[in-house]
Amino acid sequence: MVERKFSEPTDEIVQLEPVEVRRYIAFTRWNHWFTAICFIVLMLSGFAFFHPSLYGLTALFGGGQMTRWLHPFVGIALTVSFLGMFFQLVHLNIIRREDLVWTRNIKDVITGHEERLPELGKYNFGQKTVFWGMFWLILALLITGVMMWYQYFPHLVSIETRRIAILVHAVSAVLIVLVFILHIFAALWTRGTLRAMTRGTVTGGWSWRHHRKWLRELARRQRTKPAE
Amino acid sequence: MTIAPNMDSPRTATANPPTHPVPPNLGQANVVRSSAGGPVAENPQPLTEVAKLIDVSKCIGCKACQSACIEWNDTQPEVGVNVGVYENPHDLTPEMYTLMRFTEFDNPDTGDFEWLIRKDGCMHCAEPGCLKACPAPGAIVQYSNGIVDFISENCIGCGYCVSGCPFDIPRISPVTHVAKKCTLCSDRVAVGQGPACAKACPTHAITFGTKDDMKALAAERIEDLKSRGYENAGLYDPAGVGGTHVMYVLHHNDKPQVYDGLPEDPKISDVVQNWKGPAKPVGIAAVGLAAIGAAAMALFHRGNSVSQEDEAEARELVQEELRGAPVERPHDKGNA
Repeated sequence: MVERKFSEPTDEIVQLEPVEVRRYIAFTRWNHWFTAICFIVLMLSGFAFFHPSLYGLTALFGGGQMTRWLHPFVGIALTVSFLGMFFQLVHLNIIRREDLVWTRNIKDVITGHEERLPELGKYNFGQKTVFWGMFWLILALLITGVMMWYQYFPHLVSIETRRIAILVHAVSAVLIVLVFILHIFAALWTRGTLRAMTRGTVTGGWSWRHHRKWLRELARRQRTKPAE
Repeated sequence: MTIAPNMDSPRTATANPPTHPVPPNLGQANVVRSSAGGPVAENPQPLTEVAKLIDVSKCIGCKACQSACIEWNDTQPEVGVNVGVYENPHDLTPEMYTLMRFTEFDNPDTGDFEWLIRKDGCMHCAEPGCLKACPAPGAIVQYSNGIVDFISENCIGCGYCVSGCPFDIPRISPVTHVAKKCTLCSDRVAVGQGPACAKACPTHAITFGTKDDMKALAAERIEDLKSRGYENAGLYDPAGVGGTHVMYVLHHNDKPQVYDGLPEDPKISDVVQNWKGPAKPVGIAAVGLAAIGAAAMALFHRGNSVSQEDEAEARELVQEELRGAPVERPHDKGNA
């Protein structure tokens, strides 16, 4: 049996002519899109309270009171949903040596000279940055968010601590939106990526170009399956 | 004495109500500041600054002010429990906008044991921290006479005002989910009457009038207190919040914190200033630029596309690997 190091058990080459590879099973995709919807609701409702010029966004949720009530509950939903994603994806998102080489040669990534870069497993450093950025920022937003949740935790922390919590929450929110923009941008700019989260599969060419070590391991895993 | 027709605000709380109906003169036309960019009057009608003066040296702790406050504002405080102190209730609540706070003070300078009573409540700061922190447009307003008022219909109950206030005054109602505090009886002042607490105070420890009159009255009281040995007597009108429209005459103005923690130098916290100051435009700009930059690059850059050669290479690689015995490459170490 080939050691599985760069792929998930559910990743599989599903077709040979042309090559098509399954990257995400349906459960992961549903999990992802539920998290995404929560994120968008949180972003819009959070922006409404972030800057007066965006307060009009509260109309999307039924007014200021409703938005204030809704935002933290959606935050909890996102946290639970993200945790599901986290446990599915964390093993292959650990930073590896080739990620440092990849980062050092980020210029070749942007100019599309991936042949000059080390071969990568299922995720590159950019994708891992999004993963860990989301993780740490959601953690910060969760902790500070509970401190600010006046309706249910009015006396959890002192007023001085809550002031800091609100500031950290606002700064973390801006950072996570930047990560979100990077995430969407990278998914669109790297053509052929989006279908991984819609159909669940990517083409062989995409896998060869961006995640060759992943593709190679999948092929080897399928080679050593018991002969029919 | 009733309010003279040419006066824009009552000069005393002791006056009886006018016998003829007076149109209220506090409203949108007098709003000089409004939370989160809410509407302010274009040419706000200038009103004489008003103030409430609380002379703690005259207070007997009878709580008539609390009763008058409950009655006028029609609040329903819960029946409390006695835990061995005079404070009742034990803190400001959404139903109790003012509270007599009692302190037993062992004066180290004189050896006297002093019973200090301070009527706590909104200070109506000239630079209100609550208004600064509030995210809901028009939920907190400041009128040109200095009164800071919560407009409940615009309030969303988030509790940011609690974090913004340097005096820990606003309370969020768990029933109506809006912030509540002393209004300085803006609805009474608007029709020529002083605040209910000042009207009810039997010793005139609470007085009301123009801010200038109250300062002059305070100066008299301070002189009197000094002549009677309170050499540190003074007026509490903290400059850190631009002055307040509720002021205290304190016999120990050098150490206001002995009056149950009255802050010595209250001001809007730097954390709140940064959060409501640079964090907002910088944050919006960062997100805006990132979004525009990403959109522009996604639209005008050809992107990173997979070529036919990539697909061919992939087919070759997969078939080679499936057949087995591929050429070993350095980074393949660890694989079977």
